Amino acid sequence: MIDLLRRARLRLLQMHYESGVGHIGGNLSCLDLMLTLHHRVMHSDDRFVLSKGHAAGALYVTLWSLGDLTEDDLKSFHKDPTHLAGHPPPEGIQNILFATGSLGHGLGLAAGVALGKQLRKDPGRVFCLMSDGEWNEGSNWEALAFISHHRLNNISIIVDLNGLQGFGSTKEVADIGVLADRFRGLALDVVCIDGHNPESIEEALRLDPADKAVAIIATTVKGHGVSFMENQMAWHYLPMNAEQYLQASEEIGRR
Amino acid sequence: MRNMLSSTLVDYATRPEFVFLTGDLGFMALEPVRQAAGPRFINAGVAEQNMVSVAAGLARTGFKPWVYSIAPFIYARPFEQIRNDVCHHKLPVCLVGNGGGYAYGVMGGTHHAIEDYGVLLALPHLTAYVPAFAEDVPAAISRIDAANRPAYLRLGRDESPQGYQPPTYAPWRKVIDGVGPTLVIVGPLAGGILGALLQMPEAKRPATWVLAELPIDASTIPPSFYEDLRDSDHLIVVEEHVAQGGAGQMIALALLVGRAAPKRFEHRYARGYPSGLLGSQAFHRKESGLDPGSIVAAL
Repeated sequence: MIDLLRRARLRLLQMHYESGVGHIGGNLSCLDLMLTLHHRVMHSDDRFVLSKGHAAGALYVTLWSLGDLTEDDLKSFHKDPTHLAGHPPPEGIQNILFATGSLGHGLGLAAGVALGKQLRKDPGRVFCLMSDGEWNEGSNWEALAFISHHRLNNISIIVDLNGLQGFGSTKEVADIGVLADRFRGLALDVVCIDGHNPESIEEALRLDPADKAVAIIATTVKGHGVSFMENQMAWHYLPMNAEQYLQASEEIGRR
Repeated sequence: MRNMLSSTLVDYATRPEFVFLTGDLGFMALEPVRQAAGPRFINAGVAEQNMVSVAAGLARTGFKPWVYSIAPFIYARPFEQIRNDVCHHKLPVCLVGNGGGYAYGVMGGTHHAIEDYGVLLALPHLTAYVPAFAEDVPAAISRIDAANRPAYLRLGRDESPQGYQPPTYAPWRKVIDGVGPTLVIVGPLAGGILGALLQMPEAKRPATWVLAELPIDASTIPPSFYEDLRDSDHLIVVEEHVAQGGAGQMIALALLVGRAAPKRFEHRYARGYPSGLLGSQAFHRKESGLDPGSIVAAL
């Protein structure tokens, strides 16, 4: 697993560097979560919704690691024309259920998928990966109330708690206190983990309580694994130059 | 029309793909649907954004959701969810808005939907259905079901004269074979105007068409409408909707592009709140010149 995480991280860096694309910080913070989920936890009946659509790069690399996307596909990232846009597209890529990118949509969509499974008595869980800044959006609280009320116990919410959002830290912008307490207040089962520890991630993602939805609050580091990117808001936006790419690749390769 | 919606959807409720969501509205109307659909009738609460996303999630996994609220609440608050979650994915979600136009009258502007289909028709893959008569509702629902794509169903009140039998539902229908200007009326507004026109001597009645589906382009306009227009060279389009994005603009464009523009074109549309005062649907229609008397006077 460690080797897979390293290879995927290197491929993610390469893809973003070759395409001159930013958003790398929030991709690096959730890549371990996404890879562990897809490689170690999800079955064919399970569904994945990426609510933080700006982590499209991490999703494409995850799909590449599963054999759903090819090297050539990844080379088209952000190019003209492509299915691999900066945010997941509505069609053209198998195993991407929804186009996301505007925050606050994924959880309601995931709730619809989970509700559909319950109505049909279909097996499988729905995993929804969200950002932390995204909890500023009111629609998420609507969705959470819906999930709680309808006892959608087949849904797992994963929050990539990297502490940074678009133009400040989550504490500076709209501090909502301890997210876990808010979730518990809405009758969710809450687990707090280190979002870069594959064993902890796998254990939390395997939780399948009979009567509650699960929220996994994963503490992560924006720009994880690259010293000059870690916890730097700038890397929500900036593309890497050649020197930075070289250094980032060396640091990841050494891990 | 709302009761007709309810009784029609009861027949659909046994289908495995049927699911109905309401934004906490439908008292004294949707109870039969709730009864028939059981767990597939969901009161999503006063949370329209989430309701539309949930519907998209259901649709993406094989359901055909009907999503209900009053017209002003179904398109504006959850607009981004309609665009991103439903329309971009071409999902068969039908948004049902009860009480389009000024239907909620003196409830005030927050409860009016006078820019609803214009706003929604700016989105890809969506068709708006504006049935004019109660009998239209089952046919419109059947077409929505068959189209299997995003839809907006704008409901109103059947205002046709007592005993009036409308022609079979169609997107374009000729309801009076007359002379003089050619009249096109969108949706339930047609009922009251039709009542006034049918009081006129037969020889003076205008050729009158009822329009029930949007958008319009040259290919959707029936050939017999062009024939009427050639005879009259004068078109009047009437709708309970603002000018921007309305049927009048769409028809005008289609005729211009098709080199079939009449010499005279008049557009009668919802003018908002010109006096700043509020009142019944009839009051607001009159302020906009949409009442039967104003239409007859304009002929």
